[in-house]
Formats: sequence, C-alpha cells, structure tokens
Amino acid sequence: MDQFIREKIKQVKKGDQSAFGEVVTFYQDKIYQHCLRMLGNAHEAEDLAQEAFIRAYVNIHSFDDRRKFSTWLYRIATNLTIDRIRKRKPDYYLDAEIKGTDGLDMYSQLANGAKLPGEEVESLELERYIHHEISQLPPKYRSIIMLRYLEEFSLQEISEILDIPLGTVKTRIHRGREALRKRLRHV
Amino acid sequence: MNCNKETIELMHNYLDGDLTSQEECDLRTHLEDCEDCQHYFHELKRAITLIKSAEQFAAPEDFTQKVIQNLPNEKKRVKFMRWFKVHPVLTAAAIFFVLMMTGMLSSWNTDSELVVSKQEELVVEGDTVIVPEGVTVPGDVLVKNGNLMIKGTIDGNVTLVNGKLIDDRPIDSQGLMASAGEVTGELETVDRMFEWMWYQLKDFFKGVFSF
Ligand SMILES: [Zn+2]
Repeated sequence: MDQFIREKIKQVKKGDQSAFGEVVTFYQDKIYQHCLRMLGNAHEAEDLAQEAFIRAYVNIHSFDDRRKFSTWLYRIATNLTIDRIRKRKPDYYLDAEIKGTDGLDMYSQLANGAKLPGEEVESLELERYIHHEISQLPPKYRSIIMLRYLEEFSLQEISEILDIPLGTVKTRIHRGREALRKRLRHV
Repeated sequence: MNCNKETIELMHNYLDGDLTSQEECDLRTHLEDCEDCQHYFHELKRAITLIKSAEQFAAPEDFTQKVIQNLPNEKKRVKFMRWFKVHPVLTAAAIFFVLMMTGMLSSWNTDSELVVSKQEELVVEGDTVIVPEGVTVPGDVLVKNGNLMIKGTIDGNVTLVNGKLIDDRPIDSQGLMASAGEVTGELETVDRMFEWMWYQLKDFFKGVFSF
C-alpha cells in the first residue's frame, strides 16, 4: 500500500489531479473521521477534511518523499482542527451541545454513572458511547489518544504530527489514558 | 490507591513499550502481590481496548469529487498527457490535425510568392505560368499564387492555388479550340483557404496510404 501511495504522490507532484483523487479516496474515511472526532460536528468535519486535502495538494512539493505520507497528511488535518477549536467562542460549545448529536442526554447520564449500561447494551450503542467519551477529553489529550489507539501511529510519529516533543506526547498520553480509565471503568 | 505513583508510572511506561527488562520484572513482581494495582492495571488496559472499539465513520459519498472540484486548475500539459494515455489513437489524430492546420495556415499566409512545380518546360512570365504551344509537360503541375496558361499539354494533374486558369483562346475563333491546351489528368483550382487545407489533407492521406 505504501508503494501505491508513493507512486500516486509522484504523479501528483507532476500535477496529476486524478492521481490525487485516488489518494483522497484512500484516506478520506480516516481523515474525515479524525476531524469528526476532533470537532464533534459532521458538517465542520467535512469542511476541514476537504480543506486538509486541498492544502495537501497545494503544498505537495513540500512533502518529502522519504517520509510517511499519512503522517504528513494527519499533521495538516490535525493543525486545522486545533486552529478551529481555538477559534471557537465559548458559547459555541454550548450551542453545539444543545443542537448536539442525538442521545447526548443518555450519554451524560451514563457518564455520571446514573445508569450503567448492562449486558443488553447493543454493540452500536457501546461504540457510540466510547466515541462520545473520547470526544469529552480535552483536545490535547484527545488528539493523542486518537492518533495512538485509533489510527495506530507510534509515539514518535505522533510527536511529528503534532510537532511537540516526544516527552510531551508521553506525558499527555499518560494523562489521556488516566482520564479514560476513570470514564470507562464502569462500562 | 495505597501504592505510590511510581508503580502507576511503570504501568504507563509499560503500555508505551518503554520499560527496561528490570523495570518490567519489578512491575510484574509488584502486581503479583498487590490486588489494587492489578485492578488498576486491568482498568487501564481495558480502557485501551474499549477506545479501539469506538464507532467508525465514513466520509460522505461525494467527498473525493468535491475535493477535486475545489483544487486549483491542473496544469494543461498533465491533463493532456492523461487524455493521451486514455485515447492514444484519437490523440495522435488530434495532434496530427493541429500540426497540419497550423502548418497549412502558415503556408497559406506567409507565401504570397509564386510557386511553380519544377518542370523545365514551364515558362514563367511575370505572375503567369505558360505551357508553350506544342510542348508536353510531364508529371503533375502545381501553380500557387499565379495564373496558368495552357497552350501545350500537361501529362498529369494540374493544381492551381490562389490563381486563375487563363484562357488564351481568341473569342472569335472557334477553330482554335481544338488546338487549345490539354490536361490529361484532373484540373483542380483552389482559391480558398478551406479548400487549400482540404487539398493538403487529401494529398497527405494519399501519401500515407500509398505506403
Ligand atoms: Zn500496588
């Protein structure tokens, strides 16, 4: 697969848009999902994932072929989402949660431990619940937890994606895991 | 949790694959004796397993298409090259046609000089080419940007471009008609650019197919 992407990137560097289309198709779900988990809003996620790919195309010549393309692409996408989160006004948070994705009340209840999900909880509900719990983490832990356990990047790669020292990645992943341990211990 | 922070730190380092074998041994020994830490470690590992089972999302169906639509314009050369790969025959034909057109146009526009095919028998007077009486010109004759007067015989086709065939017959003398010039092949007069192109194309294809 790496070879496939490498070939496509070569063509893209020559300006071939249809080769880029294949690259987009290959990564679209991962990048869209990454943005969605970072932002918690499908419309914004699509918007930023689109933007991430367009930036990747425009800046393709600054991509070093010897490195991993996915790391570079995630870096673009992550930076965009972090910028977006920073620009949000505090009331936007509230707004988003009121309009919010369905079943938020249930999640809040679950999170408070008021009603523990039993054996009967459908697996989809559990998946949603986990997704929601991840989305409740502060962004700086969330991005690392996602990159490590959902996208399966190494800590070194995460340090490159986020452009922060490896030591900081480790500290944050420890804290992220602690937070999730507390949130998920009753599941 | 009675145990010190150090053990928890070891657990996290273990999860990051950062433990020396000595540290790993220490952690294992401690876990065997400490139920609290066992439980804590179990919760950490379970959290990781759960995270991995988070709901998956797919990008909207038209995602790639939208990205491509919003890209800055592709270099024309690349678009052309890709088209070439998909339609090699059509492209070859198109390139050929473009070259022909531009070649023909420039030859049409730039040459206003008299051009005559090489036969020695032809006599040129000003802008008129004459086939003298009693003379037979072998082969095809081309006259461009000039007139042609045929008194003798042309043993082949005649092409007149941007010029006229001058009829030298005295109007009053019907008798001379028989002795007027003769062309054994076809006589073609071309006086428009479009026809000129058509003529060249025909000529080219004749050449191609005679191979
Ligand atoms: Zn202990």
